[in-house]
Amino acid sequence: MTILSISKLTKRYGRSPVLEGVDLALSPGERVALLGHNGAGKSTLMKLVLGLTRASAGRIEVAGHAPGSAVARALTAYLPENVAFHPSLSAREQIAHYLRLRGKNPRDAAPLLERVGLGDAMDRRIGTYSKGMRQRVGLAQALIGRPRLMVLDEPTSGLDPVSRREFYALLEELAASGSAILLSSHALSEVETKTDRIVILSRGRKVAEGTLDALRTEAALPLTVHLRPREGQGPALAAAFPEAQRRADLLTLTCPPAEKMALMARLSRANGALADFDLLPPSLDDIYAQISGRAA
Amino acid sequence: MISRILSTARIEFLIALRNRWVTIAIAMMMLFSLVLSVAGSAPSGALGADRLSVTVASLTSLSVYLVPLLALLISFDAVAGEVERGTLPLHLTYPLGRGGLLAGKLAAQLLVVALAVTLGYAVAAVVAVQASGAAALAGLPALFRLIWTSVLLGAVFLSLGHAMSSLSRRPSGAAGMAIALWLVFIVLYDLGLLAAVVADDGGAFTTRVFPWLLVANPADAFRIFNLAASDAVGAASGLAGAADAIAIWKPLASLLLWPLAAALLARAAFGRVQP
Repeated sequence: MTILSISKLTKRYGRSPVLEGVDLALSPGERVALLGHNGAGKSTLMKLVLGLTRASAGRIEVAGHAPGSAVARALTAYLPENVAFHPSLSAREQIAHYLRLRGKNPRDAAPLLERVGLGDAMDRRIGTYSKGMRQRVGLAQALIGRPRLMVLDEPTSGLDPVSRREFYALLEELAASGSAILLSSHALSEVETKTDRIVILSRGRKVAEGTLDALRTEAALPLTVHLRPREGQGPALAAAFPEAQRRADLLTLTCPPAEKMALMARLSRANGALADFDLLPPSLDDIYAQISGRAA
Repeated sequence: MISRILSTARIEFLIALRNRWVTIAIAMMMLFSLVLSVAGSAPSGALGADRLSVTVASLTSLSVYLVPLLALLISFDAVAGEVERGTLPLHLTYPLGRGGLLAGKLAAQLLVVALAVTLGYAVAAVVAVQASGAAALAGLPALFRLIWTSVLLGAVFLSLGHAMSSLSRRPSGAAGMAIALWLVFIVLYDLGLLAAVVADDGGAFTTRVFPWLLVANPADAFRIFNLAASDAVGAASGLAGAADAIAIWKPLASLLLWPLAAALLARAAFGRVQP
């Protein structure tokens, strides 16, 4: 069963396409991260899923209903990028209103705000809040009524690392209770392993989809190897690894993932000249840059 | 649906209260009413009208200008402000349609207008009764009429303000359009008609087209209805003859239809806003 299914989705503003032929499906309990540069089409995709704009071509269904229909809206929660609220309202008033709009008890506002860590500030006007606190109010409204589908546009921007960790823990809880979560980010390092699947958009096209491990394999980026020679053994080590570049007292070389074992054998043969070494896997941002860059 | 609209109205009224719009609107109407009713203490017996009816006649002329202005001031920010603050996309993902969102805003702002005119006119009534005793009570029906027609007039311009707000999508632009709208409906329209009547010099335009054009404008319909519905008010205004020339159902129909038409226009304009 899928809660969100998107097929051949295309959106053009005038003649220039913002999204082209994107397919995507989300099952209950799945966390999917949408990655892309600014302007890659992430926010547009989300607005289409929410029914805020209309697709030029293709189909979207939220649990079998048209996006933006009454049923779809009742099932979906949204956290916009840089979420904003009227500055003269308190968080409690704002959340109570959103609860009423969803047909829930407005008294639930307090426990909901406590859950996102705004227990002490909920009666202050939102105008006095920091960006991170506003983001928490936004998160609180997205948690109302256990939505079946959560659409979160760059939800962790503006959050400090501790809050970000708490945020992902909350998402894990929600996913475990069956909510499907579609979130966007512009950095792979932000979503890391906290999502089940990663979809990379580049210039409106889907260029990759899979788990982080699958993407790592697909990118096939070489490892970086740093070698530190023993005292006076620099030239000997350089001779054993002629492809390495010398930087200060370090030798640096790269190694394709498939040749890692062969490299280990060479390293153990050079034991006499080698004081220490580091094997650095490609960073998440390298992988992301490689995949989105290759598509462009 | 109704509970969602009520919740929206409630939160919008809270915002209006915090933004001092409620205070400003009430203070403005009370102040102007007070000035008018004190200044309008000219001998009324000679006109064959009670003191309150005289006040209502003055208030009618004042409200034609003030109520639309107040309504536009309160409403021009409704959509454009949400677009600028970035609060609109989130609102539109909630199970409340665009029509419901607009209806909630309209209800809250209409309450502000209703409070302002009721309290404002009440001040005038109190002054009139204090000055001439129970005799002034004869004008109470005229006062009630003035209140509910002011609310209808307010509804028209609140919805027109929402339409401007949706069309411009920026608060500054919406404010400019609201002022322009006020000038056209309240000032230029009448000047244009006056010029046309003078130029026509009693011809077909003056007798056939002009009365319709007059009631087609909600502000003029408001004025004519209030002056024609009460003999005393008409007498006090000195415009009874002019007002009587038009059947009373025409301005009334105009006052009842305009709020609907304006609300539909606002809804259509809001429908074009892409968040």
